[in-house]
Amino acid sequence: MNQPTYYELYKLLCTHNNLKIFFIFVFHLFLMKILVCISCVPDTTSKINFKENDTVFDDQGVQFVINPNDEFGLTRAIWFKEKVGAFVDVLHVGQASADPTLRKALAIGADKAIRIDTPALDAFVVADQISNYLQANPYDLIIAGRESIDYNGSMVPGLVAAKCDIAFVNTCVQLEIDGSTATATREMDGGMEVLSVDLPLIIGSQKGLVEENDLRIPNMRGIMQARQKPLEVVTAVESLAKSAIQNFEKPAPKAAVKLIPADDIDQLIDLLQNEAKVL
Amino acid sequence: MSILLFAESQQGKLKKGSTELSSYGFALAKQQNTTFTIVTINCEDADQLANYGASKLINLKMETKHFEAHAYATALAEIATKEDAKIILIGSSADAKYMGGILAGKLQAGYVTNVVGLPTSNDPLTVKRSVFSNKAFANTTLAGAINIIGLSNNVHEEISQDSSTTVEQQDVQTTAKCTQASLEQSEGKATIADADVVVSGGRGLKGPENWGLIEDLADVLGAATACSKPVSDMGWRPHSEHVGQTGKPVATNLYIAVGISGAIQHLAGVNASKIKVVINTDPEAPFFKAADYGIVGDAFEVLPKLTEKLKARA
Repeated sequence: MNQPTYYELYKLLCTHNNLKIFFIFVFHLFLMKILVCISCVPDTTSKINFKENDTVFDDQGVQFVINPNDEFGLTRAIWFKEKVGAFVDVLHVGQASADPTLRKALAIGADKAIRIDTPALDAFVVADQISNYLQANPYDLIIAGRESIDYNGSMVPGLVAAKCDIAFVNTCVQLEIDGSTATATREMDGGMEVLSVDLPLIIGSQKGLVEENDLRIPNMRGIMQARQKPLEVVTAVESLAKSAIQNFEKPAPKAAVKLIPADDIDQLIDLLQNEAKVL
Repeated sequence: MSILLFAESQQGKLKKGSTELSSYGFALAKQQNTTFTIVTINCEDADQLANYGASKLINLKMETKHFEAHAYATALAEIATKEDAKIILIGSSADAKYMGGILAGKLQAGYVTNVVGLPTSNDPLTVKRSVFSNKAFANTTLAGAINIIGLSNNVHEEISQDSSTTVEQQDVQTTAKCTQASLEQSEGKATIADADVVVSGGRGLKGPENWGLIEDLADVLGAATACSKPVSDMGWRPHSEHVGQTGKPVATNLYIAVGISGAIQHLAGVNASKIKVVINTDPEAPFFKAADYGIVGDAFEVLPKLTEKLKARA
């Protein structure tokens, strides 16, 4: 028989109601606490349109999902929970429209969801809210996607790291934790770098941390359990945006493709050289 | 007040994007009617940027030999304060994006990434940036006392200037938060981030054993190799080569897609490339709608011929 993990042991002990509170207290001392910051984005196949004179994203018919880079991080966090024991909370800065997305995070294994109730005006507002939450609620590991696939800012984890003065590893593709230190592999342009860092740590997560096949689809049991799990709505602190989108533009329509016969490679080379001037 | 540009280097040598960034920096300084300073860190050939219109070039000497985001951000925050910088200009490399957020946090500065041109207005400072993975642009105003602009790759012309740039060395002391345990870097090979040409393969190549075709063509062109999402998911190629919405973005001069049908997520990731060539057996492949040049044909016939002809030409 396999040795029970801390988490299994914890679940077993917690079934005894009288001891539950005591054991939760004891395990809180030993188990790692992970916070996954998730943003809620249009699914990757969405058509991008705008309304109100191109000032607002048109969400009609758009399905919102957990930002893929955040989901890779969340899945790794749940892996830690199941393999070595950890508490996994998810946090979102935004409005109630994101609650179904948070419930999904609970359904695939997160323990608690927190929503800081304020419009996510820009990365600075989001980072201020997360940093403020972390001051009162410390975590060992904070995970935020490398970038969100809607506004592509790539700013939040670095801002939080600076505000809370904790270590940050971006574009993290591998993460192991041993006691109070982490070994994190960072993807660079044209290479990989293995970094050794003390906790607490914030990482910018992306694919590689887990594989595409490791991503979870909520099952019925998970969905039922998610309904019982806490979703805390927290009042936001005051914070000012440092940037504002005035309006959106769509890229100019593209000219039709020039098709070249498969047996006339010379023509392609000629066009690339003399017309496109890229050779 | 001034404009401060951080030009990245690697193993002491300037990175390729630094001349484009410097040209943008000079144009920005002219537009803002202010002085222009370039900063490098542990760079041995910084003087190569002496004719891009900067009034001053400062090379910071730091004990940490390799890039460490926290140490770099601390050093840049210090020099930005000393130089009274109002706009800080950085690139779009993995390192720049890693460090940018920390720098903005330290300085309480406004920050925008993926900027595609010079500001369209000075009061308030307004820039155009790409959003929704290149499916749209957002005209964005910045309200920081200091603002950081992260410039996309390949969006500004390189123009050198006759200039009287003074070169200074300064020592800085900072502390790192991360310790490098090991580093694995492909030497002398073009990377997806800074190659002029990227050759990318999809499921149409039928298996990893056929990747020689992609690599041969890339070799002739001095190109980086890339792949579509299914190819990296099936383990034919490493994740680091996956380009697209959830992979690496590509903003190159020439992107050659072989056997890639062009799912919307893939197109989003490569749309910022200037010229796209598509080779695919299926004339209905959606990628043809987004391409500049296309060949409807079998990669296994077209690629060897193309490689051969390009080799003969060189």
